[in-house]
Order: sequence, then C-alpha cells, then structure tokens
Amino acid sequence: MILMMINNFFILLRQELVITAIIFILLFIKLGKDKSNESLLHIINVLLFVNLLIGFLPMMEGGLFNSMFATNKLIVLEKNILNFAFWIISLQSYAWLKTHKHVIEFYILLLSSLLGMFFLLSSDHLLIFYVGLEMSTIPLAAAANFDLTKRQSSEAALKLIISSAFSSSLLLLGVSFLYGTTGTLILSDIGSHLSYNPLQIFAFILFISGFAFKISAVPFHLWTADVYEGAPIAVTAFLSVLSKSAVLFAFISILYKAFASLSSMWYLVLIVLSMATILIGNLFALRQENMKRFLAFSSIAQVGFILIGISGSSHQGSSSLIYFILIYVFSNLAAFGVLSLVSALTGKESIQDFKGFYKNNPTLSWVLTIALFSLAGVPPTAGFFGKLFLLMAGAAKGNYWIIAIAALNMVISFYYYLRVVKAIFMDENDQPIEKLSIPIYPKIAIFICIAGIILTGFLTVVYDYINSLSISL
Amino acid sequence: MNLSLLILLPLLTAMAILFSNGLKQIRVIGLLGSIAQLSLAGWLLKLYLNERAVGNTATYLFESNYPWFSALHINYHIGIDGISLVMILLTSLIVVAGILVSWTMDKLSKEYFFLLVLLSMGAYGFFISLDLFTLFFFLEVAVIPKFLLIGIWGSGNKQNSAMKLALMLMAGSALVFVGLMGIYYNTHTFDIVQITQIGISAGVQQFFFPFAFIGFGIFAALFPFHTWVPDGHASAPTAASMFLAGISMKLGGYGCLRIASLMPDAAHHYAWIIILLATIAIIYGAFATMMQTDLKYINAYSSISHCGFVILGIGMMNKTSINGAVIQMVSHGLMTALFFAAIGMIYSRTHTRMIAQLGGLLKAMPFISTVFVIAGLCSLGLPGFSGFVAEMTVFMGSWQNPNGVYRLATIISGASIVVTAVYILRATGKTIMGPISNEHALLGDATWNEKLAAVLLIAGIVIIGIAPFLLNALIGPGTDNIMLQVGKAITLK
Repeated sequence: MILMMINNFFILLRQELVITAIIFILLFIKLGKDKSNESLLHIINVLLFVNLLIGFLPMMEGGLFNSMFATNKLIVLEKNILNFAFWIISLQSYAWLKTHKHVIEFYILLLSSLLGMFFLLSSDHLLIFYVGLEMSTIPLAAAANFDLTKRQSSEAALKLIISSAFSSSLLLLGVSFLYGTTGTLILSDIGSHLSYNPLQIFAFILFISGFAFKISAVPFHLWTADVYEGAPIAVTAFLSVLSKSAVLFAFISILYKAFASLSSMWYLVLIVLSMATILIGNLFALRQENMKRFLAFSSIAQVGFILIGISGSSHQGSSSLIYFILIYVFSNLAAFGVLSLVSALTGKESIQDFKGFYKNNPTLSWVLTIALFSLAGVPPTAGFFGKLFLLMAGAAKGNYWIIAIAALNMVISFYYYLRVVKAIFMDENDQPIEKLSIPIYPKIAIFICIAGIILTGFLTVVYDYINSLSISL
Repeated sequence: MNLSLLILLPLLTAMAILFSNGLKQIRVIGLLGSIAQLSLAGWLLKLYLNERAVGNTATYLFESNYPWFSALHINYHIGIDGISLVMILLTSLIVVAGILVSWTMDKLSKEYFFLLVLLSMGAYGFFISLDLFTLFFFLEVAVIPKFLLIGIWGSGNKQNSAMKLALMLMAGSALVFVGLMGIYYNTHTFDIVQITQIGISAGVQQFFFPFAFIGFGIFAALFPFHTWVPDGHASAPTAASMFLAGISMKLGGYGCLRIASLMPDAAHHYAWIIILLATIAIIYGAFATMMQTDLKYINAYSSISHCGFVILGIGMMNKTSINGAVIQMVSHGLMTALFFAAIGMIYSRTHTRMIAQLGGLLKAMPFISTVFVIAGLCSLGLPGFSGFVAEMTVFMGSWQNPNGVYRLATIISGASIVVTAVYILRATGKTIMGPISNEHALLGDATWNEKLAAVLLIAGIVIIGIAPFLLNALIGPGTDNIMLQVGKAITLK
C-alpha cells in the first residue's frame, strides 16, 4: 500500500520532481568550485533537454494529496509545451548569459517559476492553485531585475511585483467569496454549487479580473509594456510566452470546470474583454519604436484573439486555444530569438536599428520575417491556422459581427508586422547591423522554431491529438 | 492526373532556386520550372479534352480529396472544370513570360525568382481548390510575395504602394473569411460540391454574400475598392506587374464567380448593385486613364475599366455574360501582361515611362513598338484580338437581360470603348510615332528572351481572337453548371 503510494507519488509528480532535482543540482554546482559560464550553460541546457524528454515518457492519470493535485494527458501536454518553451528560451539566451555574472541564480529563479506553473496546471484545489500562481510570478519579479546595471530593469521588477500582488489580491478575494458561498475549495465541486447568486457573480468578476491582469487583457494591461521593455529579453520572452500560456491553460480549465454553470455570463464578459483587448493592443502596437514594446502590445492583441476562441464553442475553443498557444510559442520565440541575439551582440533594440538588416544578415531577417508573418496569421505559416481556428471557434455561436471586427483587426495588426518587415527589407540605412556570428545553441533554437512554424499547419496529427484531449463544458 | 503536381512543381522549383547560386543558374532553373508548368498545363488540357471526348460529364474532373483537419471538416479537395483549366493555362503562360522578361534581374535575384514562383504556386492552388478553406489558404499565400516584390524591387513610391496593396488585399481576405464562416456554420462543410448539394437558405445568403463578394471584389478591383490597383501596378517591377494584373486580379474574378454560383439567390438579389458598381468602374476607369501621363498608370487604370467587364458579366448572371466574363479574364490577363512587358522593355532602355519624354520609338526598336501597338489594339477591342471577343460576349450577354436599367448599363459600358480608343491611340501614337530624341535613337531592340515572352503572349491573344469557339467549348460546361445553380435559385422563387 505504502509502496504503491510512493510509486504513484514519483510517477504522477514526475515532471515537478525533475525540475526540483535540477534546481538542487544547480545549487550544488553553486556551492562547489566556480565554473566558467560556458561549461555551466552546456550542463544546464543538456539538463533541460533531458527534462523535456522525460515529459514524453508514458504517463499515468490520477490524483495525489486527496486529489488536490491531479494530472492527465492534457495537463502533461501543456507541461510539455511549457518545458519546450523554457528549453528554447534557455538556448536563445546563451549569447547574453555567457557574459553574465549570475547564471545559476537566473536559472533557479526561472525554474522555480516554471515549477509554480506546473502546480498551477495540475491544481484541482484553489489553495494549490493560488500557491502555484504566486510561485510562478514572484520569482519573475527578481528575474526581471536581472539587467543589474540598468535602472529600467529594476523599474520593471517593481511594476511587475506590484501589479501581480494587486491582481493576486483580487483573485484571493474572489476565492474567499467563492468559498463563503459554496463551502468548498475543490474546483471540480464548485461548479455544482454555483447559481446566479450576486455574491458569486461578484466573486467571478474578481476572479476574472485577476486573470485578466496576468494575461494582460485590456483594461488590465498597463503594466505589460513597461515590464517587457525593462526586463532582459530572456525574461521578457519568458513572461510573454510561458507565463501567459500557463495562465491561459489554467484559465480555460477553471472556466470549464468550475464556472461551467455561469457560462452564459462569462461568454459575454469574454466578448467584451476580447474586443477591447484586440483593439487597444493593436492601436498601441502601431506606434511602438522599441521592438520589445512592440512585441508586448502585439502579444496583448494575440490574447484578445484567444479570448474570442474561448468565448465560442467549448470543445473547439479549448483545442484551438492549445493549438494556438503551441504555435504562438514557436512564432514568438523565433522573434525573440532574433531579438535576443541582436540585443546581446550589438545592444540594439529599436525598430529603426533593424533598417537594412537584410543586407548583412539575410538568414536572421528571414527568420524574423517568418516569425512575424506567423504572428500576423499569414499562410503558409502555422499562425494562419492557429488564428483562423480561434476565430472559427468564436464564430460557432453565430457572432459573425464580432468575427468580422476581429478579422478586420487582423488587417490592422498586419500593418505593424509589415512595418518591421519593411524596415528589414526595404528601408535604406547607412550603417546597418553588421554580420552577426550566431553561437550554436541559438542556432538550434531558431531552427526548431522555424521548423515548427512551417510544419505545424501541415502535420495534422498535432491538431488531431490536441483535439482528442481537449475538454469541453 | 494528380492535380497536386501543379502545386508541387512550383514548390520544387522554388526549393531548387533557394539552393542555387548566381543569376545565370537561378534564371535557368526558373525558366525550366516555368516551362515545365506550361507543359503540365498543356498536358492537363489534353487529358481534359480526352475525358470530355469520351463522354465524361462530371462537373469536376481529376478530383481528389484528402482530409486535412478532419475535426473541423477541412479537406484538401481539388479538381477542375473548364473555367479553372482556362485559368491554369493563363497562369502558366504568364509565368513563363514573366520569368523571361526578368532575365537580367541582378538585384537579389534569388529572392526575386523565389517569390515569383511562390506567387504562381498560390495561384495554381487557388484555381484547383474545391474546398473553400483550401481556396482561402492559397488566396492569402499569394499576398505576401506581392508585398515583397513591390516593396523591394519596385520603383517610385514603392513602399507605400506595397503597403497599400497588402493591407487592402488582406482586408479583402478578412471579408472573404467572414463570408466563409457564414457558409461553414450553415452547411457544416467547406466543400464546394457539398455546399451546392446542401444549398444555403436565402436569408443566410443575403447576409453573407456581400462579405464574400466584396472580399473577392477587392482582389478584382471592384469599385470603390480599386485604389490599390494603380499604385500597386505602377510601382511593381515588370514581371510583378504582369503577375499582378495577369494572375492575381484573376483570383478575385474567379472567386466572385464561385461565390455567385454558391449563393445564386443573393447574387440575384444584389445584382443591381454589382452592375452599378461595375458600370461605374468601367466608365471611371476609362476616364481616369485619359488623364494619365505615365505608361504604367495608363495600363493600370485601364485594368480597372477592363476588370469592370468581368464583374459586369458576373452580375448579369446569364450564360453568355458569364462566358464573356471568363473570356475577359483570360483576355485581360494576356493583354495587360503583354502591355506591361512592353512598357518594361521600353523603360529598361529609356529609363522613363512618361509619354511626354518618349516618341518615335518605332525607329529605334521596331519589335518592341509592334508589341506595344498590338497590346494597345487588343485593349481597345480590335476584331481579331481577344479583347474584342471578350467584350463583345459580355455585351451580348448583358443585352439579353430585358430590364431597361440593365440595358442602359450595357450601353454606357459599351460607350467606354470609345474612351478606351482615345487614350490607347493617343498613348501609342505619341510614344511610337513622331520624331525620336537623339539619345533614344541609339537604343537597341528586344533581346531573344523578350521576343519569346512577347510572342507567347501574342499567340494566346490571337488564338482567342481568331478562334474564340475553342475557349467557349472549354468553359461551356463550367458555365452550364453555374447556370444550373442559378436556375434552381430562380425556380425556387
């Protein structure tokens, strides 16, 4: 009996345990002799790759700790996506970390955040959920401050911690109201106790505002651009890809599991949020000059599209969300990969600096272009399928006007993505960025991302697999 | 025959171009690839005729259907009827000509040829699709190459033109997408054949038809969404202009035709608007052309006018007029491609396209001048060339419509031919005839590649002009099928 419990513990908590182990290994390395950054990074990248592979081993479904922690195929898939994204970010930041003084601390912070996300995804109880959420955000505030010499970086950290504390308190208030009115904290039980009771609706609104903060949906987006701009690019990539994906995964499962009975209400809330998010995200993205701010606002607009997908039909909505996020990981990380190389090797981050980029760096230019096209949703890149499937899911309820507005917003977003492409290929520049020599790790990362962008749309297995796992109301 | 070859061949050519080096290698690969496309299209024509000859009366031939995203009922369903076959032939002819006139493109030649081939792939995919999602996919595939071709290799205010073109075409596809969603959620399929069988209720048609039709209309320069046409065409490099006018605008016309046949009820309901817009485009395009002083702008504005005939033919919704619309698409494709090729040849020698700075070119470059005159004569509808056949058929078809207002529209459109004659004769007269300036007198005539490109296109124009029945026989069954749908819609009422 006890043996079986221990067995279960190791199998079900496999991914969490591996990450914990890596954190411990890093701590031991820190205790020992100083190693050169390069050999450290080799070790870490290999460890992370192993971590990624372990996620694909055959797994079991089940719960632990009185079902506070649950796992199933879908959750493992989500964790694998996060693991993958983390590995890619680690590969990409090689050029930046090579000269950084605190490599190990950097990884320990980000790995603890990742661990928090895993608990968040596996939570079937609001306490674990909350612990996971906090654990995933607090280390990031320290990580955002990792450009130790930049004032902007510490500003970013402060903004992140204050805004996340604020949103967590909203969420927590929502949780306590929920507990007060339903008498349970178990997510799968809450649903049966919900009605359109005003206090419960208020709790739900607090809840959704907390989430909207984390995924930076308008009008809770104001922290995003400043934090993204100030933080080092690796952290920005982590924030915009991993944090957002993890919270969105958790968001959809909570909506479908706990708030299913309020669905006719959150459907309207989501529509309003999504319209505002797409429009404001797009309008602000139009005028950005800094590449990181630009990607920040573009990712706000992307979240708007995701919300449309969730608001529509349930099953199709959740599969298109996961599919979109997978593609978003590829495309956004490809873009960030180029940015982080350029920024680490030349210190340049503005769109102006990318003028004439094609002259000396044709390969990187094409990578950035393909990534932007994928973000814009242009075929044959995978972004096209991702975005259209979200819109299709949204249209299932018959809101064709909403879909029309969203589709026309895709045209606006097209303008600012093309603006960057135009700078790269068409604008003249006397001193374009010189030819960059790319280390092997970022090369691998970029190659994988581009392969993902080009192939995901045509390998229909991917969508079919996700669709077979997705949940519905 | 497996139609996917039509997509695979350009794809392979594009890959081969990526892995080759130097202009000489690249252009040879490009040419070989495009000749292979042309032969494939010719072979397809032969197979098609064989099938029809043995009495195969299926609407679509060479169909194949593979599931793509089966959970969403998206299939890669391809097949052709006479109309798509004609479009494929047109595309392959223009691709060969376009590659030939770009023979000396030495600025980033690898990227240039790659994008040209990619554009042609989008067009083939579009014309063979029988699934609306696949169709939409290929429609958008063709947008990005246009943006880059104009923005990088163009002339004049190229960045603005490229941006304008890309955004307007994207807006067009966004509208198309909304229309497709409406069709999808009312029939639960994207399959054109199945949608025809299931049918869409009249109310749904009337709501979604404008989205889809205007969306495709933007591609086909439907008034008032034509503004990308002049700038885009004028700024583009020669081959890109040829592709834009010859292939890309046809995507729009073909799409409009398909949408009209899928939603015949709504097409009838909105016919007066379509006809009104088409008539305005025809007249406005013709008069706007009169004011132009740049040869490329002349051709671009006249394209708006000529594409108006396509829309007019579709709007009139009878067999003859739709036949006319298809013939006009082919004819306009060949003719503008020829026109742009000639303008490109003149520009590459004289470095100007302004009529005022040109004159007497016949003395220095007799071949190019002849090509220029032929393109002009075809444009103004001289019998013996394809333009005459196409416009005549559209007029005959639209005159069959007994409604007085429609007849008035026909008469007004017919009158535009006079305006066309004025600007064409003026432009050709000033550039070809008269005294030649000293610096232009020493310029050389067309090279072999330019001659070959021109001869190919002229051959197409003349064949259609002299033996229009060939084309008619080819597209006949396709239009019959469309008329069947339209007939059903009318009898239901």
